[in-house]
Amino acid sequence: MINDVTLSYLIFILPLLSFVVNGLFLCRKSDKAAAAMGISANGIAAISAIILAVHYFTSGLAPQKAILFEHEFIPFGNFLANIGCLIDPLSIMMLVVVTFISFMVNIYSVGYMRGDRATGRFFALLSLFSFSMLGLVAATNLFQMFIFWELVGVSSYLLIGFWYHKPSAVSASKQAFILTRFADSFFLLGIVLVSYVVQSFDFATLNDLTLSSFKAETIDLGLLVVSKADALILGSVLIFTGGWGKSAMFPMHIWLPNAMEGPTPVSSIIHSATMVVAGVYLVARLFPFFAICGSTLTLIMIVGAFTMVFAAVIACTQKDIKRILAYSTLSQLGYMMFALGVCQVGQTIVTTGWTASTFHIFTHAFFKCSLFLIAGSLIHQVHTNDLDAMGGLRKKMPWTYWCTLISILAISGIPPFSGFFSKDEIILAAFQGHHYVVFGLALLTSGLTTFYMFRLFFLAFHGEPRHEGVKAGHVHEDFAMTLPIVILAIPALLSGIAGKSLFAAFFVPGKIHAPQLVKLAEASWIPFAAVAIAIIALALAWFFYASPKARIAKALDESNRSGIYKTVYHKFYFDEMYYAVVRQFVIGGVARVARFIEDYIVGTLVNFSVWFIHKLGDLVRVAQGGYLPFYLGTLIVGVLLWRFLGNLPL
Amino acid sequence: MDTILFNLIWIIPLLTVLVCVPISANHGKLLKTIHATSATFVLFLVCFLVYRVYALSGAPVDENAAPLFLRFFTNIPWISLFNAHYIVGADALNILLLALTSFIVWAGVLVSWNIKGNQKVFFALIQLLATSVYGVYMSMDLVLFFVFYEMEALCMYLMIACYGSGRRDYGGKKLTLTLAFGSSMILATLFGLYFESGINSWSIVELSKVVLPMDFQMWAFPLMFMGFAVSSSLFPFHFWSPDGHSAAPTAVSMLAAGVMMKMGAYGCLRVAMFLMPEAAKIWLPYVVALLIFNVVLGPFIALRHKDLKYITAYSSISHLGLIFLGLAALTPVGLRGASLQMISHGFLTGLFFATIGMIYERTHTRDITEMGGIMRKMPFLGVGFVLAGFAGLGLPGFSGFIAESNIFIGAFQQESTLTRIVTILAILSVTTTAVYILQTANRMLHGPLPQKYESLTDGCFREKLVIVVLAACLLFIGLCPTWISEFLDQSIAPIFDNISRVGR
Repeated sequence: MINDVTLSYLIFILPLLSFVVNGLFLCRKSDKAAAAMGISANGIAAISAIILAVHYFTSGLAPQKAILFEHEFIPFGNFLANIGCLIDPLSIMMLVVVTFISFMVNIYSVGYMRGDRATGRFFALLSLFSFSMLGLVAATNLFQMFIFWELVGVSSYLLIGFWYHKPSAVSASKQAFILTRFADSFFLLGIVLVSYVVQSFDFATLNDLTLSSFKAETIDLGLLVVSKADALILGSVLIFTGGWGKSAMFPMHIWLPNAMEGPTPVSSIIHSATMVVAGVYLVARLFPFFAICGSTLTLIMIVGAFTMVFAAVIACTQKDIKRILAYSTLSQLGYMMFALGVCQVGQTIVTTGWTASTFHIFTHAFFKCSLFLIAGSLIHQVHTNDLDAMGGLRKKMPWTYWCTLISILAISGIPPFSGFFSKDEIILAAFQGHHYVVFGLALLTSGLTTFYMFRLFFLAFHGEPRHEGVKAGHVHEDFAMTLPIVILAIPALLSGIAGKSLFAAFFVPGKIHAPQLVKLAEASWIPFAAVAIAIIALALAWFFYASPKARIAKALDESNRSGIYKTVYHKFYFDEMYYAVVRQFVIGGVARVARFIEDYIVGTLVNFSVWFIHKLGDLVRVAQGGYLPFYLGTLIVGVLLWRFLGNLPL
Repeated sequence: MDTILFNLIWIIPLLTVLVCVPISANHGKLLKTIHATSATFVLFLVCFLVYRVYALSGAPVDENAAPLFLRFFTNIPWISLFNAHYIVGADALNILLLALTSFIVWAGVLVSWNIKGNQKVFFALIQLLATSVYGVYMSMDLVLFFVFYEMEALCMYLMIACYGSGRRDYGGKKLTLTLAFGSSMILATLFGLYFESGINSWSIVELSKVVLPMDFQMWAFPLMFMGFAVSSSLFPFHFWSPDGHSAAPTAVSMLAAGVMMKMGAYGCLRVAMFLMPEAAKIWLPYVVALLIFNVVLGPFIALRHKDLKYITAYSSISHLGLIFLGLAALTPVGLRGASLQMISHGFLTGLFFATIGMIYERTHTRDITEMGGIMRKMPFLGVGFVLAGFAGLGLPGFSGFIAESNIFIGAFQQESTLTRIVTILAILSVTTTAVYILQTANRMLHGPLPQKYESLTDGCFREKLVIVVLAACLLFIGLCPTWISEFLDQSIAPIFDNISRVGR
């Protein structure tokens, strides 16, 4: 009999099975079998997730939380770390998104990875990636989330560095892993701290806390003694730091654009369903806990809003198609993150931002996955990431062209495409929370988004072909690669309209122990303003990059641009700064000092003590030198001393 | 029956040596087969006994063995002059460490298949080393314990000095003399224990029932703890380990880092902390200050090294520091984490040194800057190294994570200010560990393949078997930590009870 529990087991076990079977048995044997295993396992998992979701939302269970299964993992004295599957509207939505996107990416990879040496390994790792993310979204407690959080990190490391013979891919994967790991160490500290104070890892317990009960007791944090309530606030910041790194928020954003060195299907799955949304998901999952730690939400809002604008500005200048998309992901993640932050209004809480944020996770996954798959198709045809070499692909790749248009309209927030609905709600939430600066920035960024996305669109598909292969007509659409793009265009078009009422009805963060904002500001003009800005930006993009007057060659040449443009083009030199800090400060500074202490100070002390013992030995050795006159002399001197100096008994 | 089997654990390696004495060194293959068979047999024997101890959990123990849950308890008078007995017994902690040892000895025999020099003596020394390590973990009598403990350093010296590479004489001397220095501190306190207790017994079980005078404990505990800590390379007595490891042949590095360095931590827990818990409570919150070097600076030093064995040696130093953090936590979770880390680190460092040895046999260099791209030529060895690395950086799914999470959560429960600072630093330094492990793996395995390595071959069946078995152990503990945690709790509980007893 198929029930919810069986379905949920299927969702987890199938990708894991695909990983194990592909990794251990099929990866050297047959690429076809590996692909079939990956596609079928993820496909059945996706179908199971959809059935589970339909059942959950239609059976009247929603929006309650339920734990479908839970197994003991490690007992830590009086609190347990379990592995289980929690379902509520949020996790069900993520289960569907992750399995569906993973299914699409698996199909796509058949075309994209054709002819690669290690296709089997690729499919194995893709399944591991989606398995890790599934475990993360279904987590019932912080500890489980951390376990899968790390597994997501390591699978991304293995996938970004999939082409390990390329030095750039190797260093990008290392950077991604270490930077997220750096953030994760704070996350782990946060977990240890919070679990120590609360004596539990469970989300249910954490989300049901009130700070007032912790005000009386104090806790020693090494350098300072604070009340347990303050320790919880600190813990919430530390936990958010994990999400900060994973969701690549400024200034820990640099790994995400560099992660483009991996195969494009990997970028697609990282940016849409797994990995980067994990940070947003973490905050959404623990929202009632963050809500009582008020100032943390404000921090989240500032970090999110800044990243949103910062990344959008950079995206306007990039020429690498995947980098543009990467910065657009950063910007969209900024939207999701600040939408959670704007829920904090003074001392009160309003949950519209939470709904909007989760809605945006949902719609964004489809169009962003689609956009990356499209980028992969283009790269597969012209063999470069550079927009310099594209152009004029509209005629050659008609299906791709129209699907791109749908996804770009969706991300730009043009009605009735999906992004309009979710982004509009985020902007509205900022307005309702009286965060007018953020509201203005969000409107501005939606204009920037439209501009850079249409810039990409026009440069890639319109105008004259700038690539020899395209001119010569060596361009075609691969079936395995186009199919998922076309399928994904459907939710990119419809998930907004279809999801709006669902999200409005069921997506609430649960009971919050903080006063709720009762009176929301009404503003029916916001959608019109947003659309108007988007259309102006579209017109500008058309004017610069597609109108008959556009000078595309000049627009693409960054060498004779102003200093500000160059700074933006070089991503504000953040990569260089990181490099300098790691090189000079960590490896050249701290590590060098550590080795100095070890080699010179400790080493010298050890050698000195050895030398000292040697010298001591030399002193004593004289007495045993085997030189007879010396023995005789000492004997005589000794006897005389004994005789005259002491009246020793004997 | 089980008791006889249990006592066979240390007798079989010794018998193997005796059996091999009349065989000429020219019959290398026969000798190696005998040793490998014996090591495999002990491996299965210990695994069976782990199962037996696990199956017996909850059953009443021999009344002489209480408060420890010792199974297969044997007590035979040995040296009547000063009342030393032959006392052995197994509880969860030492049977698991015995299992770890049997795995590492088995792997060590297999990886030294092609060792250069007199193979007959080398394998005999491995078996003698195995005997002594088994003996240390089994014995519950301090004289017996100390005899085995001393025997091990001697074997270690001969193996490094005769079969090592590089500065083997220097490395071997440094290792043995430092360990002997530690032993002298232990010996002094052992006599103190015997006379101060006033019960005319060397039995750990009997001594644990006595509350030793506080002024004696106050000087004896730090002396004994540091004496044991020498072999677990606690700062400032860690200096022998990088030179010792780098000079040692592969199997010796595996045994030294895998099991021998655990003996110190085991001694700290089983002897020093168990017998002098009152002083432990006073001293340990200060001992953690030393860990700043091990746990925080150790990974940074590894970052600056280019020799694979030095990197692994400093990684061991930092991981062993975490054992002491768990011990210093003085909470059940922390003590369990420390025990888990002993077992986990044994497997992971065994795998580390095994793959390093195999790679070194092929590339003839251990300098990571000279290597690159060898993953393409030897994927199996490369994956083995990466798995060990993942376990080392505490990735969930591997045993390292289970141990570290227990240690961190346990250590955070200890409320002394110093412990908390060190715990926070230790948690944050997991990043540094990731940096040096990934840097090493990337330089060595990834990137373009140099011309000179075009002809490299992947591991043979024997080598693959070692990697698979050790990696499977890491994964097994990492994926099913529940039973091992609960199993270990049985032997942690009496130790913790003793620690939390109300002293004078």
